[in-house]
Amino acid sequence: MFSVLTDNWPLFRDGFWLTIRLFVVSGVLSLVLGTLLGAFRVSPVPALRGFGTGYVNILRNTPLTLVFAFLFFGAAKMQLALPNPFWTAVGALTIYTSAFICEVVRSGVNTIAPGQSEAARAVGMSFFQVLTIVVLPQAFRAIIPPLMSVLIALLKNTTIAAGFSVAEAGAIPAAMSERGENQLLTLLWITIGFLILIVPLIFLQRWAERRTAVA
Amino acid sequence: MSSVLYETPGPRAKVRNRISNVVVVVVLLGALAWLIHRMYVHGQFEGRLWRQFEYKAIQKELLHGLLNTLKAAGLAAVLALLFGAVFAAARISDHKWVRTPATLIVELFRAVPLLILMFYFYFGNIQFNLGLGPFWAVVFGLTLYNGSVLAEIFRAGIAAVPKGQREAAYALGLRKNQVVRLVLLPQAISAMLPAIVSQLVVLLKDTALGFIITYGELLYVAKQMGGRLGYGFPYIPTYIVTAVIYIGLCSLLSLLARYLEGRSRRRRKITGAPPPLPLTNDPGQGAPI
Repeated sequence: MFSVLTDNWPLFRDGFWLTIRLFVVSGVLSLVLGTLLGAFRVSPVPALRGFGTGYVNILRNTPLTLVFAFLFFGAAKMQLALPNPFWTAVGALTIYTSAFICEVVRSGVNTIAPGQSEAARAVGMSFFQVLTIVVLPQAFRAIIPPLMSVLIALLKNTTIAAGFSVAEAGAIPAAMSERGENQLLTLLWITIGFLILIVPLIFLQRWAERRTAVA
Repeated sequence: MSSVLYETPGPRAKVRNRISNVVVVVVLLGALAWLIHRMYVHGQFEGRLWRQFEYKAIQKELLHGLLNTLKAAGLAAVLALLFGAVFAAARISDHKWVRTPATLIVELFRAVPLLILMFYFYFGNIQFNLGLGPFWAVVFGLTLYNGSVLAEIFRAGIAAVPKGQREAAYALGLRKNQVVRLVLLPQAISAMLPAIVSQLVVLLKDTALGFIITYGELLYVAKQMGGRLGYGFPYIPTYIVTAVIYIGLCSLLSLLARYLEGRSRRRRKITGAPPPLPLTNDPGQGAPI
């Protein structure tokens, strides 16, 4: 059972390393894009709100695999293709995940009662103080657990890149198939690999949930 | 309109908002125009790329793909609901030896990427010659993952019923089975319904993973169709058509979920029923894969 892993160690190592890179890069990018979209959705400008709503509703009702297919096969036809498969996969994951992050950010801001900032303004805080001392800390408390769920989903979603010949962890079975290795043992090792990556995130999420729960 | 971030706009803020509104609309329309121009320049509106959709055979092919998608989604939905019900029941059991393994299984299937779950059945079938096609790999993968998420939804729905209900039922001398079946479930179901429906949206979307393990669902058909030289590789037209179908189907289900959520929220005001569970699409609950 161990020989499957040890004989093909470079394949597993490189695969999971690519998975981690995909996860981190598209995680950071989707946090940025998603927060921006979330800000759009709570902004006083109707057109920005409309754009945010449209983006979220379209992307959340589209299969991620279709987003991948569009970027991998479609975008090239308009010469809009990203430079290499890694960045194309990052693009697909970011476009999709940021819709979910946008929702988290929006609902986080919406959980705070307007009275909170009204009171803060009444005691003479500036907009910046209201934002950093009153609104954001409360919003973060509401946001962190669902944000972790989105990131966990993102980590699992990186496997879809395997269907588009990006050699991350999800692509290991196909490569092992060519080597004639035992597929189920391969999958077992990949499962263990993902559990090693995901379980700490789950515990972190639980911890954050307890930490940030309203007493 | 007042929000936590800004106050009800005064005359100057109103003017400012109106101006930014116009600027944003112009920028968005500009971006859209650029995209359409880009498609035009690269010949995406040429007749021959779109002509294929006029043929009966192509329409049939798309329809066949859609049916395959719906077939897998439908069967997986039924099986996942069953799986969810059984495991939710096991998770609220009074016996530790039932509860612990059920919890472990549910947590495990929620943590493993869905594609890997499908791979188990796909490659397992090849290795042991089980005679299960990619269809079953898709259905079983979807069942295990969504069933586990549904089990959590069911459990949370039952837990959300106010405690007094259960206490009163026990006080009347009902057994646990009766308490759950007669008192808790009927109230929980209306609270769970929106979350269940939006989990089914996730399930429907995830059938598109079948594309990777060569199950002939809609996206798989679209990929084949887009790769046809005779029509000049009409990837973009085909994916646009496919996207419209997916987004239409999922939006309808999402709308249903939202309607159910609104309804149970209204009912709650009147009857004090348990609050609706957060929609799974708002990713507080399961993973929006």
